[in-house]
Amino acid sequence: MDLQVSPFTLILSFSLVLVGMFISYKENLGTWQEIIYSIFRAVIQLIIIGYVLTYLFKANNAIVTIAMVLVIAFNASWNAHKRSKNIPHSLRISLISIFVSALLTLFILVLTGSVKFIPSQVVPITGMICGNAMNTIGLCYRNLNSLFRDQRQQILEKLSLGATPKQASITILREAIRAGMQPSLDSAKTLGIVSLPGMMSGLMFAGTMPMTAIMYQIMVTFMLVATTSISSYIASFLSYREFFSEKQQLIL
Amino acid sequence: MPILSINNLVYEAQCNRIIDNISFDVYEGEFLSIVGPSGSGKSTILKILSTLISKTSGNISYNKKALEEYNPSDLRKEISYCLQSPVLFGKTVMDNLSFPYEIRNEKFDTEKAVKFLENVGLSEDYLYKSINTLSGGEKQRVAVIRNILFQPKVLLLDEITSGLDTGNRDIIWNWLKEIKNNTNMTIIMISHNEKELELADRIIKIKDGKIVD
Repeated sequence: MDLQVSPFTLILSFSLVLVGMFISYKENLGTWQEIIYSIFRAVIQLIIIGYVLTYLFKANNAIVTIAMVLVIAFNASWNAHKRSKNIPHSLRISLISIFVSALLTLFILVLTGSVKFIPSQVVPITGMICGNAMNTIGLCYRNLNSLFRDQRQQILEKLSLGATPKQASITILREAIRAGMQPSLDSAKTLGIVSLPGMMSGLMFAGTMPMTAIMYQIMVTFMLVATTSISSYIASFLSYREFFSEKQQLIL
Repeated sequence: MPILSINNLVYEAQCNRIIDNISFDVYEGEFLSIVGPSGSGKSTILKILSTLISKTSGNISYNKKALEEYNPSDLRKEISYCLQSPVLFGKTVMDNLSFPYEIRNEKFDTEKAVKFLENVGLSEDYLYKSINTLSGGEKQRVAVIRNILFQPKVLLLDEITSGLDTGNRDIIWNWLKEIKNNTNMTIIMISHNEKELELADRIIKIKDGKIVD
């Protein structure tokens, strides 16, 4: 490995954050406090997770690995729930969507031998899967909220014609699922020609041959497309019911 | 026997009594008009009858059975409500007219749809027209066709001609007259238009949520 990063180089690279703070100060954006808060929070969180991962990798214990997978999935669900803007039962919906999509994707990856069931592979992959599922579900919630509000009259028209809540919301559901999946599809389209994603770059940084790193990235792309599809589908189909009462009336 | 029986209907929203203890019957095949000033609660009655909102108290029965005993989507296929200033959905007129078929899992009947369009002075070409190119009157006519393609037992019309010019009003008036004469459909219509009121078998006047003589 030919890595140059050390605590000292990190302190020097903090100057990059100062650039952001300078722009914020000069243009009176009022974001410099948020920049400091976000950076310190990220640093502290990463240091803590660094120690946790060091322990996990050394322990190499299946139960502890599974526990870590569950903690990551729960945290992702909690954060997705917070983005729901009061959609009832959004924690339960987020938990189901993230657990099903993450576990199904992980299961296939382990079963096909793409990933070994060891903490150093399962934990980072779970983080990637759950992080993407969390963002996808957050986007679905945001789209469902705005589409139900914008298309309120259309929904009422459809209900008054005798449509069930599902029939009345199907176009909104399709739009929300599409919007949830769009960032991963857009990112997949530009892989290699615009972006060299974190995992692939990380492997190359650590000295892995580009073709090996690329094969891992292809696997990650497959995995993320599956995760975002499953999580947006489940979250949208479980959420739309929350916009209707038991009497099939629109609650808005 | 009345097809719809409304007894002591009360509807309250945010501590305001919108409908105040109203009772009336509607008979099969009857054309009933509801008139009254804006905000008197006319549209609320239609929304309650179509179960889009729930009453606060009172009883409503349809074919001798309480409204609550019906599955809402099945009931709304029988008591069809055409909202005030309806909006069309999808991209074309066809998207709107095929929707009632889709929700019944039935194949779209082009011939029937064209016949309905022609009844309101719209040619077959309109079926494939973009909804964005339609005038207000044309949109209104397409919206009502959506409601009656499957001949509901009760048709609720909420000021469907308000905002239309005389020409479009006359087209809809003639059409309603044809429905009244040729079908046994029960129609409850909110209207301010005198010509439309001539079609009514009976008129109910509402003021401040109450029936007035």
